[in-house]
Amino acid sequence: MKKLVILGAGTAGTMVANRLVRTLKMDKWQITMVDKDPVHYYQPGWLFVPFGIYEKKDCFKPKSKYIPSQVKMLQADIQCVEPENNRVILADRTVLEYDYLIVATGADIYPDETPGLNEGEWGKSIHTFYSMNGAVALADKLRNWNGGRLVVNVVENPIKCPVAPLEFLMLADWFFHKRGIRDRVELIYATPLPGAFTKPIANKKLSYLLEKKNIIVEPEFMIERADPDAKKIVSYDEREVEYDLLVSVPLNKGADYIGRSGLGDELNYVPVNKHTLLSNKFSNIFVLGDASNIPASKAGSVAHYAIDLFGENFLRHLEGKEMHEEFDGHANCFVESGFGKGLLIDFNYTVEPLPGRFPVPGIGPMKLLEESRLNHLGKLGFRWMYWNILMRGQSMPLPATMSMAGKWKE
Amino acid sequence: MATRTIAGKTVQVNDEGFMTNPAEWTKEIADELAKEEGIDCLTDAHWKVIEFSRVSAKDSGKAPTLRTITTGAGVSTKELFQLFPKGPAKKVARIAGLGKPEGCV
Ligand SMILES: Cc1cc2nc3c(=O)[nH]c(=O)nc-3n(C[C@H](O)[C@H](O)[C@H](O)COP(=O)(O)OP(=O)(O)OC[C@H]3O[C@@H](n4cnc5c(N)ncnc54)[C@H](O)[C@@H]3O)c2cc1C
Repeated sequence: MKKLVILGAGTAGTMVANRLVRTLKMDKWQITMVDKDPVHYYQPGWLFVPFGIYEKKDCFKPKSKYIPSQVKMLQADIQCVEPENNRVILADRTVLEYDYLIVATGADIYPDETPGLNEGEWGKSIHTFYSMNGAVALADKLRNWNGGRLVVNVVENPIKCPVAPLEFLMLADWFFHKRGIRDRVELIYATPLPGAFTKPIANKKLSYLLEKKNIIVEPEFMIERADPDAKKIVSYDEREVEYDLLVSVPLNKGADYIGRSGLGDELNYVPVNKHTLLSNKFSNIFVLGDASNIPASKAGSVAHYAIDLFGENFLRHLEGKEMHEEFDGHANCFVESGFGKGLLIDFNYTVEPLPGRFPVPGIGPMKLLEESRLNHLGKLGFRWMYWNILMRGQSMPLPATMSMAGKWKE
Repeated sequence: MATRTIAGKTVQVNDEGFMTNPAEWTKEIADELAKEEGIDCLTDAHWKVIEFSRVSAKDSGKAPTLRTITTGAGVSTKELFQLFPKGPAKKVARIAGLGKPEGCV
């Protein structure tokens, strides 16, 4: 029996397990999965919780429901990987030996890394929607908030779902309008990037949205610390932004055990070949989902397209054949823009988001890089697809690599 | 795409004056771009950062983040802000002939 161990049973781990039990000869393989948390969160739903669009119950299901029966599932914290010895040590000292290892433990938030953030005011005037509990606490806060300066701050890139902070602000604009207090709320976006939109065409096509919604951008803001008593955040170049309510996207990092195992970079992401997702150092370790260092968005859609191509490549690798260097960083994301509308963006490692029609060139029905009601419905419909198609290991009827058909450059 | 002559060499640049082909970069170009960014003289400490960033970009295909620079080149974030005041990530990228640090949109 060959042994495959999959670390992490979130978006990527669950998708790949469901694929592999169908493509591998299961009488010759033993697949073991490890995850510390029995609950599978639908993280894209966290964006909607603060505004009462979704509740907590809409954002999770038991992991066990989505793990194929042929797979042995262990609930445990991972202590470390010993890649030289081909084994994984769990926190309870269980040792798992493997022939092949798939790392899919994602990324998580580390608010402790920024002084002042995770102290007395955390959950009071400082919040986040990058965790289930955080999103629920923020919903309680926003329901009764009387207005003031709301600052959204991204501590450092990369973060999961890089458009989520902007979506949050656009939804906040809508939410406070609806509550009748928009005139009493200032919306500010303090980002380490040079602007809210950094790609030329997206910038040209979408900047009007921020003007229209009166969202002020504080660009190139690298937070050094929060001052919870004075209610301000301070950047390394000593700029200060005051807030009444701070919504933080804390530092995102890969899991600590990756660092302990010597597998990670400075943020505990595992360096891999960006076209095959094979570890740069170990020829029997693949990394899927947010846990790798590929220069793509940390998004479920990226994990999904990557896994579409991984399936066949893995079989080739097992037979000792060259892998196809195919994955192009394809991402396809719905972006909520408030008032029942949304955008859709489609891009990869080298091609920026462009206007056009998707998925059928010239027809759509989705519009790329343009606001529409249908894109908003697409985002809401995505939750059903996530649980019923993606997490069952089915493919979407879409090509995995990005297509230029139906797009135009202005 | 536009071109521009910097330090006697014609190179490709984007709308915002970032070079688009790192292979066209020279040290003389770096000196000149640094002046445009308000840094009159590039010291050894600057060069350490610039050289690290070029190696890093060659591997990853994109300009490094601040954290990549601080860990890789062994400077603190505070120092980096002193060396390249007001937006070091962008300034380092421009002077090192790399594309602008970008998000996905
Ligand atoms: C607010 C928000 C909005 C988002 N919106 C979108 C969107 O609209 N579209 C989109 O495509 N993506 C979106 N994403 C991103 C998407 O959720 C992630 O990219 C995706 O879940 C990544 O999958 P993964 O399998 O790599 O990691 P995860 O799904 O996070 O799974 C990692 C798993 O590893 C386990 N684990 C971690 N460390 C250990 C350990 N030490 N021991 C044992 N188990 C461990 C965790 O318990 C978890 O189950 C959003 C994310 C957030 C936070």
